[in-house]
Amino acid sequence: MLELQDVHAYYGKSHVLQGVNLHLTEGEIVTLLGRNGVGRSTTIKAIMGDVVCTGTIRFKGRDILGLKSYEIARLGVGYVPENRDIFPGLTVRENLLLGQKKRHAQGRWSMQDMFALFPRLEERAEVSAGVLSGGEQQMLTICRTLMGDPDLIMVDEPTEGLAPRMVELVADLLRRIAERGVSILLVEQKLTIALEISRRVYVMGHGRVVFEGTPASLSADATIRKEWLEV
Amino acid sequence: MLEQLAISTLNGIIYGMLLFMLASGLTLIFGMMGVLNLAHASMYMLGAYLGYQISKTIGFLPALILGPLALGLGGALLERYGLRRVHQHGHVSELLFTFGVAFMIQEAVQMIWGRIGVPYRVPPELDFPLFRLFDTPYPAYRIFVLVLAVAIFVGLFAILSRSRIGLVIRAALTHPNMVGMLGHNVPQVFMLVFGVGAGLAGLAGVIGGPIFVTSPNMAGALGAILFTVVVIGGLGSLPGALLASLLIGLVQTFAVVMDVSLDDFIKAIGVDAKAGNILGDIQHTTIAQIAPILPYLMLLVMLVVRPRGLFGSRDV
Ligand SMILES: Nc1ncnc2c1ncn2[C@@H]1O[C@H](COP(=O)(O)OP(=O)(O)OP(=O)(O)O)[C@@H](O)[C@H]1O
Ligand SMILES: [Mg+2]
Repeated sequence: MLELQDVHAYYGKSHVLQGVNLHLTEGEIVTLLGRNGVGRSTTIKAIMGDVVCTGTIRFKGRDILGLKSYEIARLGVGYVPENRDIFPGLTVRENLLLGQKKRHAQGRWSMQDMFALFPRLEERAEVSAGVLSGGEQQMLTICRTLMGDPDLIMVDEPTEGLAPRMVELVADLLRRIAERGVSILLVEQKLTIALEISRRVYVMGHGRVVFEGTPASLSADATIRKEWLEV
Repeated sequence: MLEQLAISTLNGIIYGMLLFMLASGLTLIFGMMGVLNLAHASMYMLGAYLGYQISKTIGFLPALILGPLALGLGGALLERYGLRRVHQHGHVSELLFTFGVAFMIQEAVQMIWGRIGVPYRVPPELDFPLFRLFDTPYPAYRIFVLVLAVAIFVGLFAILSRSRIGLVIRAALTHPNMVGMLGHNVPQVFMLVFGVGAGLAGLAGVIGGPIFVTSPNMAGALGAILFTVVVIGGLGSLPGALLASLLIGLVQTFAVVMDVSLDDFIKAIGVDAKAGNILGDIQHTTIAQIAPILPYLMLLVMLVVRPRGLFGSRDV
């Protein structure tokens, strides 16, 4: 469904992605692990068309490198950024409406589904999104992207800075998303949730993939963990 | 006195609403694209000249429709084929680009219509006193301008707060990238907003031309006031632009009729005029005389005290 071959990206002179290769099949949860600054966010921004890059990026068999972000989104790629880019001045409901790509789009998820999953969002539907708590904002960003009915959703560090109870909630939501046949590319720092929910994991180091395998094989490989993950 | 007050208030509000018609487009464009469109006031001027020309040959009503339409279309094309390409080279290039456009419009207007103004007058169908304010007859045309400006304002707010495209625009004001990544065609929205902004500037020119003087100086004079309005209101804020437009409209209108100077003040507190004449010419300057610099004074104070403006969410 998604395939990256030899993707390179630069910020000015610094060579941030140095030939990234990865792939994802339908309905899979795949996690991208790695220390801070190795280029995980840049990888998914490159997929989203938000970073200039070279190489090959294919989605559903189509070459998407060079397309505009909105075109990539319309093909079915959803993106949840790491900084929780909600629209703070708009209400929770308006934020969710903006997730829809067309006015009366009927996808896997409706506003009612979102409210059923998170009653808290319904209670606060008419409140400015900017006053929500960090955890609520994270839920809102994910739900907003789901409203656009993506076939692949890329979620960048959704549990960063959240209380353990909220982390559990996020993990649970990701599982529900996968149950409906949506593929998930997750960027995570917390090894526990990554190993718990993903089918496969990639470990990134210095702008390229240094490990690919199942959670079990990563657990077994102490050298990789020591060299590329533990701080 | 009361009569003067009523007339000045009405005139100030009309002037303010015209300013808003211009400032709304400017502030939305700035908020979304981060570009200060230096050609905005030139589009207003072009609107006035087109209004004059079309009024003369076909009539005022066609001018009212065709003028803004032409500018709106021109603005949209300018964004699509000019600004969008320049965009990748950064904000300075964009600024220079709009500066170039302003310059071109200026020269073109002078080439076609000459260096002195044209006699763009109130259309005869609207050239009569509508009512009397105390003893002074008040021109119907000004009320027409007011009604049109208020209608535009109401329409603009309704679209922005009620419609889906309005929602996309409001989100794109602060997070254009994120809006794009949700699957909305943001470049197209930019083009639309730029076109509508240019169209509104044109409309303000068509209807404002007969009230003010239609001459090649009008862009320069108004441009500076416009930037003042947008900065005072807060870049990207529509309510801010409305408030600042009315504020500046009223301040400027009232200031020019205030024939008081420091002299009068000194007399009023009972100091002998001769003995107190230390400041010389400064003392004789009336508020009416310093009226033109009042907006810039407000701009400077605003920049120092509250750089984000009345309603802005970020600093200039
Ligand atoms: N806009 C930018 N301009 C210049 N350098 C950047 C920019 N964004 C990221 N970088 C640099 O590129 C490298 C990779 O950044 P990236 O955001 O992909 O890291 P990451 O793996 O997501 O880590 P984290 O999210 O923990 O910071 C980092 O060294 C970062 O400092
Ligand atoms: Mg990151």
